[in-house]
Amino acid sequence: MTVTELTPRPHTQPPVLTGRGHDRSPKEHGFRAVLLTCLGIGIVFLAVLLVYVLLEGWPRLDLDLFRNQGSQISPATAGAQAAIYGTLWLMAGTALLILPLGVMSAIYLEEYADPERWYNRLIEVNIQNLAAVPSVVYGILGLGLVVRGPLSLGPVLLAGMIILALLVLPVVIISSREAIRAVPDSIRDGSLALGATRWQTIWRTTLPNSVPGIATGSILALSRAIGEAAPLVIIGVALTVTFNPASVYDRFTTLPMQIYSYAQRPQEDFIILSSALIIVLLVILLAMNSVAIFIRNKYQRRW
Amino acid sequence: MSGTTQPSGAGVSLRRSQPRYGERVIEAVLFVAALVSILTTIGIVVAIVGPTIDFFREPAVTVWDFLTGTEWTALFAEDQQQFGVLPLVSATLVTSVIAMAVAIPVGLGAAIYLAEYASPRARSLFKPTLEVLAGIPTVVYGFFAVSFITPNVLQSFLEVGTFNKLSPGLVMGVMIIPTVATLSEDAMSAVPQALRDGAYGLGSTKRQVATRVVVPAATSGIIAAFVLGISRAVGETMIVALAAGNQANLSLNPLELGQTMTGFIAQAASGDQPTGSIGYESLFAVAALLFAITILMNFVSIRLVRRYREVYE
Repeated sequence: MTVTELTPRPHTQPPVLTGRGHDRSPKEHGFRAVLLTCLGIGIVFLAVLLVYVLLEGWPRLDLDLFRNQGSQISPATAGAQAAIYGTLWLMAGTALLILPLGVMSAIYLEEYADPERWYNRLIEVNIQNLAAVPSVVYGILGLGLVVRGPLSLGPVLLAGMIILALLVLPVVIISSREAIRAVPDSIRDGSLALGATRWQTIWRTTLPNSVPGIATGSILALSRAIGEAAPLVIIGVALTVTFNPASVYDRFTTLPMQIYSYAQRPQEDFIILSSALIIVLLVILLAMNSVAIFIRNKYQRRW
Repeated sequence: MSGTTQPSGAGVSLRRSQPRYGERVIEAVLFVAALVSILTTIGIVVAIVGPTIDFFREPAVTVWDFLTGTEWTALFAEDQQQFGVLPLVSATLVTSVIAMAVAIPVGLGAAIYLAEYASPRARSLFKPTLEVLAGIPTVVYGFFAVSFITPNVLQSFLEVGTFNKLSPGLVMGVMIIPTVATLSEDAMSAVPQALRDGAYGLGSTKRQVATRVVVPAATSGIIAAFVLGISRAVGETMIVALAAGNQANLSLNPLELGQTMTGFIAQAASGDQPTGSIGYESLFAVAALLFAITILMNFVSIRLVRRYREVYE
């Protein structure tokens, strides 16, 4: 602040003791209104989006959606059974990959790593950087190394699981670290004082106490992975698949991919179909987020 | 006791009596798990660099033409291919600028309201609602842009086609609002109350406190939020792939269609280019540019944050 701003104002009005008088001036009210409008823009947009999708998709929210396979020819009866199965497979596989990897990395960084060592600092900075890398770049990684190139898996479920797991791993690590850090040191000291080794302390004391935080963070990360389409588009996942996957080496499609393919068609029937699938996808995501919030509110301990 | 004050166990070593190899193994395994993130970065670089080098070795391509050329027809028949990346860059630039023109003021305004004006109850209601916006899949935003915003909103008062850069830009901006708002609000909430009290003591109004004390004090966090928002806009794929069009077009006019860098990557990848073809390699060259831009912005953000950081007790 410069000095001139600190000089007292001329007394054009009676001295205000509470400060409230100033806050009632039109300028103050105007500023407040502008801020509220900013907040409102996001919320109104969200409301319009949800209402639009609900109104458009409602007529097609029928059993055909779950019973029939995708089709580019008959949108009036087409479904997305393979896409729903693909999404569930992907969810399970990605969870199996991110939980052990994410929690183990978090334990190492919180409980073992000496932050003075250059390699530990490198890991930490790298995780922050990875969290900001666009998802399309993970698709490139998958295309170059997993789907083609060294691993050459092809655009199958396993490839999708690996790529989505790598994509959300930084998020899982960061939230698991926070959960582990929230357990107070006195708890650890108590365990160590009773003669437990470092690992016994982590396994029987620290980790059980951070499970709710880890679960919440992982479910939220998983819900982000499930909604991703960009990396799957890049690795060449099929837009429409007419059979349900039976193993991780099968080709697959997912709800976001199916929505992407239908959304490219301007016909009204396809808009309705896309909207119906968006409702299904949003309900799945809403359910996952609700579970995450429920776990956080119910089991999270405050120390 | 023989009169000395030494504890009787002085001769006993407090070190562990036997080496714990199991503990060592566990630490090593955990370290390897933490290395996966490093391997991911190396994997990204390796995956991008190889085909990019191959791309620039092609006789039809030079680095200079790539960076300054004004025609991009990488997926055309072989004798008509042109590899000037500027059309893709121009579309990315336009959509990102539009997005940030929405997200920066609106996100900052929402953040100031949440941090300085909202009652705790209002904050606990509005903040999660805003965060729902961040949880909606981008393909849903893309669908909304192309099937609602363009035909029902933009076309009612503008001369625009089905595909244009304005609609995805605007929708992307709304998508980024929660990123900017949440991070800025965190930065503002971290400003110590004493600074606000000092300003109130000098007779400031709430607006003056917010704009002249809190926002300047939180500059580093707010800038970091902006930069993160920009890098999300540059890297966003599904919205532009659905709503901006699939045709490279060197133009800064937001009402015209255009293909962004990410849009091209998506189109080239779903077109099943054979490995080793120039079209396939061009995809990686564009990805290299995109990756370089986002890394550069992360770097700038870290530097800016360091320069403007105010440390409070």
